[in-house]
Amino acid sequence: MNMKRSSWTEYQKEIADDRYYYARSCIRQNFFPGSEKAFLNILGKDLGRDIFDDPLHTSCTGIGYHSDIVPLETIMTVVARQFALMSEAGYENFTSSCITSFGIYTEILSTWEEFPETEERTRENLYKATGREFSKPKNLAHTSDVMFHHREQIARQARRRLVNVYTGEPLRVVEHIGCHYAKIFPKSGIGGSEFPYVLAGMVEAWGGEIVDYPERRHCCGFGFRNYLVQANRGYSVANSHKKLESMAPYKPDFIVCNCPGCSMFLDKWQYTIAEMEGITYGANGGGIPVLTYEEMAGLVLGYDPWELGMQMHQVDVEPLLDKMGVEYDPSAKYLGRNGKYIGQPERALVNSCSQDTLYKIKR
Amino acid sequence: MINFGYSINKPRVIDIDRNNLHKSNEILREMPELQACIGCGSCTATCTAGNLTSFNFRKVHTLVRRGEYQGAYEEMNKCMLCGKCRLVCPRGINTRGVVMLIKRKLGDF
Amino acid sequence: MKHVIVIGGGIAGMQCAAELARGGIRVTVLEKQSDTGGKLRNWHKLFPSLTPAGEVLGGLNHTLRRLPNIDVRTECEAAELSPRRVVLATGEELECDAVVVATGFTLFDARIKEEYGYGIYDNVITSADLEEMFNTGKVSTTSGAAPRRIAFLHCVGSRDEKVCQRHCSKVCCVTGVKQAMEMKELFPAADVFNFYMDIRMFGPGYEEMYREAQQRCNIHFVRGRISEVSPTIDGRLQIKAEDTLTGRPLKIGVDMLVLLIGMRANDMNAVLEQRCGLERQTSGFMRPRDQFLHNTESNVAGIFYAGAVTAPKSVGESLNEGTAAARGVIEYLAAKECTDNSTIDE
Repeated sequence: MNMKRSSWTEYQKEIADDRYYYARSCIRQNFFPGSEKAFLNILGKDLGRDIFDDPLHTSCTGIGYHSDIVPLETIMTVVARQFALMSEAGYENFTSSCITSFGIYTEILSTWEEFPETEERTRENLYKATGREFSKPKNLAHTSDVMFHHREQIARQARRRLVNVYTGEPLRVVEHIGCHYAKIFPKSGIGGSEFPYVLAGMVEAWGGEIVDYPERRHCCGFGFRNYLVQANRGYSVANSHKKLESMAPYKPDFIVCNCPGCSMFLDKWQYTIAEMEGITYGANGGGIPVLTYEEMAGLVLGYDPWELGMQMHQVDVEPLLDKMGVEYDPSAKYLGRNGKYIGQPERALVNSCSQDTLYKIKR
Repeated sequence: MINFGYSINKPRVIDIDRNNLHKSNEILREMPELQACIGCGSCTATCTAGNLTSFNFRKVHTLVRRGEYQGAYEEMNKCMLCGKCRLVCPRGINTRGVVMLIKRKLGDF
Repeated sequence: MKHVIVIGGGIAGMQCAAELARGGIRVTVLEKQSDTGGKLRNWHKLFPSLTPAGEVLGGLNHTLRRLPNIDVRTECEAAELSPRRVVLATGEELECDAVVVATGFTLFDARIKEEYGYGIYDNVITSADLEEMFNTGKVSTTSGAAPRRIAFLHCVGSRDEKVCQRHCSKVCCVTGVKQAMEMKELFPAADVFNFYMDIRMFGPGYEEMYREAQQRCNIHFVRGRISEVSPTIDGRLQIKAEDTLTGRPLKIGVDMLVLLIGMRANDMNAVLEQRCGLERQTSGFMRPRDQFLHNTESNVAGIFYAGAVTAPKSVGESLNEGTAAARGVIEYLAAKECTDNSTIDE
């Protein structure tokens, strides 16, 4: 991408440097469970930051809220409880692992600002329900913002770069931001909504190259009530289809996503599209690998791909690992903790790698 | 192929790059005044057929000009050729002529 | 001899200065730039007659030089003003008997509409850039090729709450039609598309020009505003809009996109309001005393307006206002002299 202007510099936001209260993501921890673990490790061990993973916190109920199941007052109270837990744990900087949650936190904070009576009611509701009181966070950031904030330090500690080891060329990366990161409040995202820089900044700092393709800003089609209802899935998947069609000619090496829902959809819809229409988008006849930014950072810092949970992806990541020169044990792919076999997926059109019989032998 | 119980929606977008504008250009060459349409809708407002069926003369000829020919012939067949649209057109377009021209050119679509 | 200061040496200011000088008044024109002529200096041809801008400007400059008692001070900016005194940015103070504010407008900065990619992608240009290209005679894409498909987008920085410009800039519609026709003339094989919300052909001959663009020049008019511009793999630009007359989204690849940028109020207008007691409209343009009988007067006696300082205006309208403001000043000075004399008599 050859951009003549860095719009992102005009949309900057303050990101706390240390002492974060961590809020997990429902989708990320279920579909990319290694990512959140990796984030905590990178922040805590590699970067030496204080990040608190509180077992008391809950889902923000965003999926229910966006599906018209959880009412606004309820979600405000749930959010207030997370803030109360943060204060109780002695933290002021809130960081959320989910774009939906991040959108909800920013929107609720802004609603409280504009309509103080809603904040008062929430305080009352929270107190009645839990006996807790809350203070608003001093700093609110998405976890990708925090990663972006430390991108230079990560680059200094990098074991590998986003470079094709065979050609020496930078890897071509498609980044997908997720609608609720900056489309609600452009100022809440690094780079704003048109030229978001949060992922692009990491990719550039770690040696890769961003692909600026026509449908870059288009929604992945997640949309909650759309994919939740089977009859609506046709147009949910059509959105990812549109993006994949648009990016495929650029032959990207991988897609990196900001939002857990987008990571899941861009990965799994590739399987759906392949099985329904016989189309795959990867250069090798399989799919295009889809990474979370935690996984991307983890690979850069030298983490083992199976430790990062990359065997949980629909589209095989091995072609990317090979390009990056990542050493991995193919036979360990489907071995979980303590070497226990975790099962392996059925062969599908998007899977380009030979299904090594080694797993079966180990089993 | 697996049936997941739904199908992938086809894009509704008018893709000017993919549409073949050959027929559209031919129509406009024969009747350049059609390009002077300002989309006022007088023709459709007064249309005998349009008041009783889904026929929308303005929309159909606009779609034809964008290279969207599918169904245009069938739509134009709904026209009763009463000529009221031509009387009301503020741009003086020979609207009945447009109906006949589109039918002649797009019979195959 | 009475002395009047005209702030702004654009077309309204020049016309006003000439008219004042003809009325036997000494005039000082303060011009920020290195030469008079304002925005017209960078324009190629004027709608709807396609008169070269240089012709109009040449005439004005000639008159200005020919008339006695006109002092044009270039590279000179006013910082503060009252009916009897103008303070320059340098701190220098000038005495006078009346002031005409003819400071015009600011072109909307298209970079603010990030979704159109101005300043980011090649071949996204503004209407002002295109006029400069016409002037230099080098009209092409950045690679030097002849564009095969050109799109014009109307209302960039006009009628848009998102960029705090709610007003209509009025002249961009007809400029879009004019430039589309000029491009078609230069590149007869190219397809030209104009994306618009409304086409407002307010002046004499404009509607006729629009019709000619449609029917004779085969320029396509699509009613719908472009929502997003992206680069394509083959180095073109992909545009998304709704074709509202068919109710369907539309996309199209083009080699060149021209943004018809609007006129916005000068930042200096806020200073005029805060420091000089002048009133502004919600659009940011200065508010005339009233819209009908005192259109070139401000709310302060002795301070007058001419041209686009009060609202977006065409070249013809600005010139007329220059004349009207001068007449107003002459009347004001005569009436003032009358009262001053009668005071002395008493």
